[in-house]
Amino acid sequence: MIGISRRATLRALSAGMASALALSAGLAHAEGDTVKIGYAVARTGPSATGAGITTIPNYELWVDTVNKAGGLKMPDGSQKMIEVVEYDNRSANEDLVRSIERLASQDEVDLILPPWGTGANLAIAPLMARFGYPQIAVTAVTDKAPEFAERWPTSFWLLGGGHDYASGLVDVLSKARDEGKINNKVAVVSVADGFGIDLINGARPAFEAAGFDLVYDKTYPLGTSDFAAIMSEAQGSGADSFVAFSYPPGSFGMTKTAQSMNYNPKVFYISVGGAFPIYPGVAAGKAEGVMAIGGVDADSPAIQDYFARHTEFVGNPPDSWASAITYASLEMLQQAVERVGLDHAALAKELSDGTFETIVGEVKLENNQLRDLWWVGQWQGGAFRAVNPADRAGASEPVIPKPEW
Amino acid sequence: MLTTTLILGLVLGGTYALLALGLTLQYGIARIMNLAYGELTLISAFVVVAFFQGMGLSPLLSLPAVAVAGYALGWTLYQIMMRPLVARSGGGGRLEVDSILATFGLLFLIQGGLLVLFGANFTSISYLDRGVSILGVSVALNRLIAFGICVVVGGGLALAMTRTRWGLTMRAVALTPGSAPLVGIDVNRVARQGFALGTALAATGGASIAMYQTFSATDGVIFTMKALIIVIMGGVGNVTGALIAGLALGLVETFVATAIDPGLTLAATFAIFLVVLLWRPQGLFGRG
Repeated sequence: MIGISRRATLRALSAGMASALALSAGLAHAEGDTVKIGYAVARTGPSATGAGITTIPNYELWVDTVNKAGGLKMPDGSQKMIEVVEYDNRSANEDLVRSIERLASQDEVDLILPPWGTGANLAIAPLMARFGYPQIAVTAVTDKAPEFAERWPTSFWLLGGGHDYASGLVDVLSKARDEGKINNKVAVVSVADGFGIDLINGARPAFEAAGFDLVYDKTYPLGTSDFAAIMSEAQGSGADSFVAFSYPPGSFGMTKTAQSMNYNPKVFYISVGGAFPIYPGVAAGKAEGVMAIGGVDADSPAIQDYFARHTEFVGNPPDSWASAITYASLEMLQQAVERVGLDHAALAKELSDGTFETIVGEVKLENNQLRDLWWVGQWQGGAFRAVNPADRAGASEPVIPKPEW
Repeated sequence: MLTTTLILGLVLGGTYALLALGLTLQYGIARIMNLAYGELTLISAFVVVAFFQGMGLSPLLSLPAVAVAGYALGWTLYQIMMRPLVARSGGGGRLEVDSILATFGLLFLIQGGLLVLFGANFTSISYLDRGVSILGVSVALNRLIAFGICVVVGGGLALAMTRTRWGLTMRAVALTPGSAPLVGIDVNRVARQGFALGTALAATGGASIAMYQTFSATDGVIFTMKALIIVIMGGVGNVTGALIAGLALGLVETFVATAIDPGLTLAATFAIFLVVLLWRPQGLFGRG
């Protein structure tokens, strides 16, 4: 009836789009003298926000930096320009998996960069392992990283697990309590979704073991936008420390609510979003003393230089948690390629055994995981400084009690 | 304790109701199930923030302008996009299905546009973020203003719908679009007005969201869902119903969060939704 079937049209369309993408990226270079790097990131959908803050800007900054310097260095000393093949995974794992298959079998890219998010990285891990591509899962927070690294030996896990962040926080609070700065009571709220559940499950036993009394311990559903009731309960609980295992909208909402109701706990801790460059703006310039997940060594020249380059290239500074690690993971990849070339098995081996010079310092993975991380940070003098682990070089002293809003 | 719950709940409910007013008009009068409703509110929220950050224009001042622009946008959308669907459906139930599919597409179009224009970042401004004490309960001033807007706009609209001739024609079209032409009502014009007014209300809701909430370009669906629950609970096309359903939802959520557990707010919302649907499938104030 109709001359062209829908299936054929779709096929033609997607093929056309893919070739257009590939063309626009690498028109100037003939086959062979470029390195094809592919990624399928969330340009649209719920993950677009996270990918747009942490993942995509760093990929683009890195590719731009490498290409401006003449390209990726190969073991023989030659340089190859990077050619990017990018797909939008629309925040859906089905689309993501299809894109990865396409990158591997049709576009035949040399390297694949990971998508944003724990779920997305887990979704593609078996596929990446099957195709043999090393997967540097940088924005995946999971307590099962050791297990995953064993199951898929070419996968690398760079952001720790929920337990790590929770125990880091308990560490900071225990120290403050032992110094008599805060009382023994903690009010904690957590979002009833993957990351929030991981964190609270890690935090409850850690708080108890440290002898803290969780006087208010509630969860709230994902998508909650009004925190007036929760915050007024927490305020009335008599706890000196307010801890929220939250996602950015919740972190921001609770900050604003605490300010408007003049709730001034001595420790105010929020999770994801607290390290975002927009946080001081959200807190109306009163972010001083707020604690959150992550942190950077703000005095390190490498970090300062990275912040400056990111600000110039993207238009805003990076977030102070996963962004620097994301960029560091790309530097690791770059140095590994320089040492062993593009062979996947050799690359994976070099990534797990090698030592790399990155913006977050010298990096060496332990069992395919990055363990040298910052667990807790605090806004101090306009920068989000790392405060825990306290014994790691570059850590700042936490300011407790937090100044009033 | 009880006053705290009551006041916080009413204020929250007011912000919910404001969000749902536009959708109930669009669905009730124009018979268009607008899945891109949340995205329309987001456009206005982003515009208000851009005005605020770019020119220092207070959201309260840009709100009327945004509402008028929303009316114009709704009018244009209806003329270009919905009118052919209405004409094709011939007054049958096909319009609902067609409009759902069409606005589903519109949703992605607007979302993509917003992502390109404003980026994927979370957006949040600090505007009137201080607490105001009402009967000893501290309420954020910006939420209180949103509640005020809801009372004024919603109340005014409810009065206009029930007391004026214009409201009568609106309701006539909402109830029996087939018979309205018999008494000389231009159904197409009224439906267009309803849709445009709904978009204006969506814009008003968006402007108030910009004042008190963090949002990002991909949040539209959340607003649509919340509004949809309220619209269905209140009775499609019923302004008073949407107001009361919104307030009730806010009260219940706050009550559950303080007295039982914040984790159960969503469950409570859907429990009432279920009860209302079982007991009155046409909505609290709908006519079955």
